[in-house]
Amino acid sequence: MENKMESKGGEAARILSEIETLKATRSDLDNRISALEAQLRHLNFEKNNVSCPSISTGFVHGLSPDMIYRYSRQLLLPSFGVQGQSNLLKSSILVVGAGGLGSPALLYLAACGVGQLGVVDHDVVELNNMHRQVIHTEAYIGQPKVKSAAAACRSINSTIQIVEHQEALRTSNALEILSQYDIIVDATDNAPSRYMISDCCVVLGKPLVSGAALGLEGQLTVYNHNRGPCYRCLFPTPPPTTACQRCADSGVLGVVPGIIGCLQALEAIKIASAVGEPLSERMLLFDALSARIRIVKIRGRSLQCEVCGENSAFTQQQFKDFDYEKFTQSPLSVAPLMLNLLPEDHRIHSRELKERIVKGEAHVLVDVRPAHQFKIVSLPNAMNIPLSSLESRLAEISSALKEEEKRKHSGFESSASLYVICRRGNDSQMAVQLLHKVGFTSARDIIGGLEAWARDVDPNIPTY
Amino acid sequence: MQLTLEFGGGLELLCDSVKIHNVDVSPNNEVDKLTMKDLLVWVRANLIKERPEMFMKDDSVRPGVLVLVNDCDWELSGQLDTPLEEKDVVVFISTLHGG
Repeated sequence: MENKMESKGGEAARILSEIETLKATRSDLDNRISALEAQLRHLNFEKNNVSCPSISTGFVHGLSPDMIYRYSRQLLLPSFGVQGQSNLLKSSILVVGAGGLGSPALLYLAACGVGQLGVVDHDVVELNNMHRQVIHTEAYIGQPKVKSAAAACRSINSTIQIVEHQEALRTSNALEILSQYDIIVDATDNAPSRYMISDCCVVLGKPLVSGAALGLEGQLTVYNHNRGPCYRCLFPTPPPTTACQRCADSGVLGVVPGIIGCLQALEAIKIASAVGEPLSERMLLFDALSARIRIVKIRGRSLQCEVCGENSAFTQQQFKDFDYEKFTQSPLSVAPLMLNLLPEDHRIHSRELKERIVKGEAHVLVDVRPAHQFKIVSLPNAMNIPLSSLESRLAEISSALKEEEKRKHSGFESSASLYVICRRGNDSQMAVQLLHKVGFTSARDIIGGLEAWARDVDPNIPTY
Repeated sequence: MQLTLEFGGGLELLCDSVKIHNVDVSPNNEVDKLTMKDLLVWVRANLIKERPEMFMKDDSVRPGVLVLVNDCDWELSGQLDTPLEEKDVVVFISTLHGG
């Protein structure tokens, strides 16, 4: 039996390593193909310019026959037409973030013929991105999002310039990157990035198309356009960190950022082509559950704004020196929070707990995650008491402990241990703090939560 | 005074996950008009069920909350001093950062 297991493990390792090799080969081939394609386009371009000078100089708008055919459905729009398309082809747009918002935005911006399209992201594609980050395909899991997004854009439109910025946007590189573009699309997922990008747009005088989505709601507006407000005019003081929820914690229905990302592409296209009325000094609020879209009027540029106001002198140097993480009290990257609230002896590693359980230690395991997360996956015999209702349900813990003591020791007086688990090991610490305060002095939290359990004890426990 | 209050962007979680509230709010006395300042006090006392600090800071809303009176930013109508009329719609929405 054990031999069989071992050979199975060996087989899996061999397959994994073959997959890795093949992926590397494919990536090499992809790179060579795109280099050759670019070379070919360049040759064709030169050839066309030499052999058909009459055609390339024949149209004042500068659209080649291929372009006319490719973009014909947009050229046929009286309100967009050749002028709109020509403006678009001359414009450059940068999308910050190739996630849920950036995916559809990039696809449409590439397809519609933006002359130069840039994408910034430092992250890699993960399986739990796929439901909303529709630009990426399974083949790119584990690879940089920028690479994946750029390849998708190139496969839709090989005639525009796609620029890859495979790095995290920081105050040290933002000025240099953003200054290469006419319009910036904020498709990021955290508060410090939003302040940083807005300030950088003010300093550089660039319009900013800002979108956000969480759960079943989305928001959209255009900042710093035609003397309109910037992000700080609306939100001079950052919100408390507890108000900044992340998709990774609160969840998001994939199509919701998809809708907002499409609208961001639309607003960027309108500004780039100088067509229509951009959503400046107005904000679109989208509520998917009730199928309601409301467009509200928001304040104009604030004279007192610290960055774009009358008396503000926010310079490029000040921007470079500004600490956005400190300002918003939250990190620029979305690495999950790791609290450390408890003394060592109030905590336990998942492996040690597993050993104790195997030895038959009397214990009660309380899972303090919200009920809907408990339904996704839970450990056997765990009782679910969400952190928010813990204080009012202490009696349940007391009786569970008594029950366990009776069961294990058939009458002998001996105390059962109390363990608390959550998803990542933050809420469980808060719960243990509370439990100690009210007298459950044996309460200990499982370090790293279910994620650590899945990693160190039982790989069959699914993570989410 | 009949008002429609809406909570969004996660603020509805503070009031039993109900987004739309049709409420009847009376001014403190017959002479005074109801203002946003009065309404915030009333909302905090009557609708907010948990974590009031996620809704208010001092006598106004906390940073990151947009207030809209009849689909218009309250900054444009006098913020806390905005007078309210019968059948007004007031929206409290928390700004989102996710993507």
